[in-house]
Amino acid sequence: MKPRHKKIAIIAASVTALTISAILVLNVFQSNLVFFFSPSQVVAKEAPVGKSFRIGGLVEEGSLKRQGNSTTVSFAVTDTAEAIKVVYTGILPDLFKEGKGVVAQGKIANDGIFYADEVLAKHDENYMPPEAASALEQAAKAQKASLTQ
Amino acid sequence: MSINWYKYASPASFYFLAGKMIWYFSIAAAVLLIAGLYIGFFVAPTDFQQGEAYRIIFIHVPVAWMSMFLYVVMAFWAGIGLAFNTRLSSMVATAIAPTGAMFTFLALWTGAWWGKPMWGAWWVWDARLTSELILLFLYIGFMSLQAAIDDPRRADKAGAIIALVGVVNIPIIYFSVQWWNTLHQGASVSITQSPKMATAMLAGMLIMSLAAWMYSIAMILKRTRAIILERERHTTWVAELKGTKR
Amino acid sequence: MNWNSWSEFFSMGGYGFYVWGSYLVSVICIAGEIWLLSNRWRTLQKSLGQRVESTIREKKNEATS
Repeated sequence: MKPRHKKIAIIAASVTALTISAILVLNVFQSNLVFFFSPSQVVAKEAPVGKSFRIGGLVEEGSLKRQGNSTTVSFAVTDTAEAIKVVYTGILPDLFKEGKGVVAQGKIANDGIFYADEVLAKHDENYMPPEAASALEQAAKAQKASLTQ
Repeated sequence: MSINWYKYASPASFYFLAGKMIWYFSIAAAVLLIAGLYIGFFVAPTDFQQGEAYRIIFIHVPVAWMSMFLYVVMAFWAGIGLAFNTRLSSMVATAIAPTGAMFTFLALWTGAWWGKPMWGAWWVWDARLTSELILLFLYIGFMSLQAAIDDPRRADKAGAIIALVGVVNIPIIYFSVQWWNTLHQGASVSITQSPKMATAMLAGMLIMSLAAWMYSIAMILKRTRAIILERERHTTWVAELKGTKR
Repeated sequence: MNWNSWSEFFSMGGYGFYVWGSYLVSVICIAGEIWLLSNRWRTLQKSLGQRVESTIREKKNEATS
C-alpha cells in the first residue's frame, strides 16, 4: 500500500470505529439507559405511552396464573409499592418464579394491562448451595414470626 | 541492597529477564487453571437458583475482570510511553491489546451462553453489556490503528491516544449495574462488601482469576519479546543473539 | 462430590450445552492465542537466524578475498 492510501485507510478506519461507538453509546444512553421502568414509574406515567418499553420488578407472590392449557400466562410485576398486571404468551425462562426478578418488554393497552412479547428473568448476585438458601429462608421466617408475636 | 530498576527499562535487558520469567508464569497459570477447574466443577456446590448453569461463572468473571484490568494496564503503559518517550512501555501496551481483546470477546461470549438459559436472551442492550461491547471495539480500534501505521513510534503515539480516551469506559462498565437499571445483576464480589457467594464457589472463581492473571503475564511477556525482536532487529545486541538459543 | 457419573457431569443438570459451549470456545481462543504467538515467534527466530548467518558469510567472504 502506498503511504497516502494507508493514511486514508487509517482515517477511514478510525472514523468508522468512532462513529459506530458513538452511535452505540447514544443509542444506549437515549433509550436504554433506563433499561426498564418500575411499576411505580409506570403508574406515575413516566414510561412511554403507546410505545414498546420494558417493565421490571418482582413477580408478585400468588399472582401467576396459567390460562387453560395454552402457554398464555398472567402475573403481576411489583416493586412493593405498585403492581402492574402482565399478560404473556410464550415460553418463560427457567428462572422465572414468583417472588423473583423479571423484566418484560411490551406495551400497555388501554385496559391498563401490560401485554408482553418478551419476558426475561433477572436474577440476583447471590450464589449459594440450596441448603444454605433454605436455611436463610427459615431464619427469615422465624424472625418474621417473632416480630409479629 | 538496591536493585537498579532502570536497567530493566531497556528493551535488551527486559528481553533476557522476560525470557526467564515466562516459564514460571506459564507453569503457575497451568497449575492454577487445573486447581480452579477442579474446585469449580467438583468441589463447589450446586447453586440454589441457577442449578449447574452458574458454573459458567468460573470462566466468565475471571475473563471479564481481566478484560477491564488489562485495558487499564495497557492505557497506563501507553500513556507512560507517550509522556516519557520510553520505547519499552509502548511495546508492552501493544503486547497487551490482543490478550485483552481475546478476554473481552470471551467475556461477551460466555455471558451470552449464560444469559440464554438464565435470563432467556443471548443478548440485551443494557448498559453493562453494551459498555463491554464498546471495550471490544476499543481494543480492536487500538490494534487496527497501530497496524495501519508503519512507523512504530508514530503508531505508539496514535494508539496511546485511543487507549487513554477509552479509559473512561472502564468505570462505566464497572458501575453500570449500580448507576442504571440493567438486566445484568450487581457485583457478587466487591471491595466494600462481603462476598455474596458460598466459600467454595468464591475460591474457585478467585483461583481461576489468578490463573487468568498468570496466563496474561506470560502471554504479554512473550509477545513483548517478539515485538522487541521485530523492532530492534537492526541493533547490534539482536545480531549478537546468534548462537544463544532464544 | 457433585456427580454420580460421567454422563451426569456432561449433562450439567440439563445445561450442558450452555456450560460446555462457553468453556469450549474459551479453550479454543486460549489455545489459538498460544498457537499464533508461538508461530510468530518461530518465524521471527528463523528470519533472524538467516539474516545473522548471511552477514557472517559476507564477513567471511570479505576476509578471504
